[in-house]
Amino acid sequence: MAVASALRPDVDTAIADNAVSIRHFTRRFGESTVLRNLNLDIAPGEFVALLGHSGSGKSTLLRALAGLDPVDEGQIQRPKNVSVVFQEHRLLPWKSVRDNVTLGLDGKEWDQQAGTILQEVGLGHRTEAWPLTLSGGEAQRAALARALIREPQLLMLDEPFAALDALTRLRMQKLVLDLWKKHNCAVLLVTHDVDEALALADRALVLERGEIRTEVEIPMARPRRHADPAFEALRERLLGALGVSV
Amino acid sequence: MVELVMNLFPARASMRPTGLRFGGFLSLCRRYLSVIVLLVLWQIGAQAGLIPTRLLASPIQILETAWSLTLDKTLPQNLLVSLGRAAAGLALGIGIGVVLALIAGLSRLGEDLVDAPMQMARTLPALALVPLFILWFGIGELPKILLVALGVKFPVYLNLYKGIRGIDPKLLELAKTLGLSRWKTIRDIVIPGALPDLLVGIRFAVGISWLMLVVAEQVNAESGIGHMMMDAEDFLRTDIILVGLAVYAVLGLLSDQLVRLAEGRLLVWRGRRLPNGGTR
Ligand SMILES: Nc1ncnc2c1ncn2[C@@H]1O[C@H](COP(=O)(O)OP(=O)(O)OP(=O)(O)O)[C@@H](O)[C@H]1O
Ligand SMILES: [Mg+2]
Repeated sequence: MAVASALRPDVDTAIADNAVSIRHFTRRFGESTVLRNLNLDIAPGEFVALLGHSGSGKSTLLRALAGLDPVDEGQIQRPKNVSVVFQEHRLLPWKSVRDNVTLGLDGKEWDQQAGTILQEVGLGHRTEAWPLTLSGGEAQRAALARALIREPQLLMLDEPFAALDALTRLRMQKLVLDLWKKHNCAVLLVTHDVDEALALADRALVLERGEIRTEVEIPMARPRRHADPAFEALRERLLGALGVSV
Repeated sequence: MVELVMNLFPARASMRPTGLRFGGFLSLCRRYLSVIVLLVLWQIGAQAGLIPTRLLASPIQILETAWSLTLDKTLPQNLLVSLGRAAAGLALGIGIGVVLALIAGLSRLGEDLVDAPMQMARTLPALALVPLFILWFGIGELPKILLVALGVKFPVYLNLYKGIRGIDPKLLELAKTLGLSRWKTIRDIVIPGALPDLLVGIRFAVGISWLMLVVAEQVNAESGIGHMMMDAEDFLRTDIILVGLAVYAVLGLLSDQLVRLAEGRLLVWRGRRLPNGGTR
């Protein structure tokens, strides 16, 4: 480590105190370069929202961070404990909600832990239910519980509420905020909803043509109201970055 | 929610026993009405001399024969022999099919080694191998059991292999993000995910096992239902032959029901909730 930092001081001082450090990351699919020379830091416990057009490479970035894709060009430093919640819940239909949450974790004590976490996400009454009998929002909450039981230092959410109705989405946003405060992990939330980003995140990033082109700090205190006029300027900047004129 | 699940599996939902409700009883009667009418017409035709009973025994005659065959133990003994062969062949065939499907489904090398020969071999009509099997294994129990196993292993292999390969890649990705070991991935995701297909394969297999057994027992055997029927042919006892047919039919139906029962048990997650699951 000491040698490396002597060689690349800029890289390693950053890596030392960040939950996530991405340096010069490039991802290509054949001829097309989806992510180009991308740099990103996320502090421990920071809530970051990632915006961008469809096809801009948000999921690609997240998959690399999750260790699902190889990192060929550049460096990615991430905590050991990361959890992902995908757009679809990805629950195993043949396991009860509780067994889904404890998937891969052996030992009785986890069952109890699962009960506690399911309680937290408001699914305490459905721990023994089959996933096929859950509503969309409930299934997504079970997926959240499965992600949180591992006490991740980084929680990645890839448009987790996109398939939910507006009302449920608002409720889930509040839930995520509560859980984030409680578990104190860094969060990377991929979303296409500017208002969602403004309501939840400390910082919003816009991914465009393979790079993070816009970065907006959102310093307002939580809980935030969507209609808060303080958001107007930030919203305009983000929408502008996304190419939507207001 | 229940409605949604039933819509997803309309066939299963309608197959579910409706209990003793009157509507259910009525529809049961309707289902079997034509069968009963046919049997009655058959009996009347036989009694009126329209159907020569030497060629086709009447239903009542068949029942009487079945009863006397049961009393003199011919039927139970032969039935037991046939059941034993079917069970042994099924167990062997299912075992081989499952092992081959796991090999082919879980590794690329296994796929190359196993799948191509299996796909080629399955186009061979298994029954065409009867003469060869007699030459190779003689006329004891072995060729019969092997013949059943041979027929059985194909539907088991094909369906399970398809099931394993058809596992949702998103679930495998999930296993990766959760850091599941290969063994746990197989145990918790691949096997349960392919189980519905395996059970379909076993249902086909059970049907095939009887078919193979009929042929094996009629070509060469000293015992078994098929042998009993061939014996009866020498004495023009159509009633015994028909008893044999009826026994095969009942066995086929029963074994199919058994597999369905197992399906219902093993695949509860598809339709119902756990007994102590929450309510909605
Ligand atoms: N495995 C792959 N092979 C080839 N191209 C891919 C692959 N995965 C992603 N891509 C391409 O990379 C680009 C970025 O995809 P990605 O899924 O990251 O977009 P996204 O920002 O998540 O979009 P959305 O908001 O629609 O989910 C797309 O043009 C996509 O076609
Ligand atoms: Mg995406």
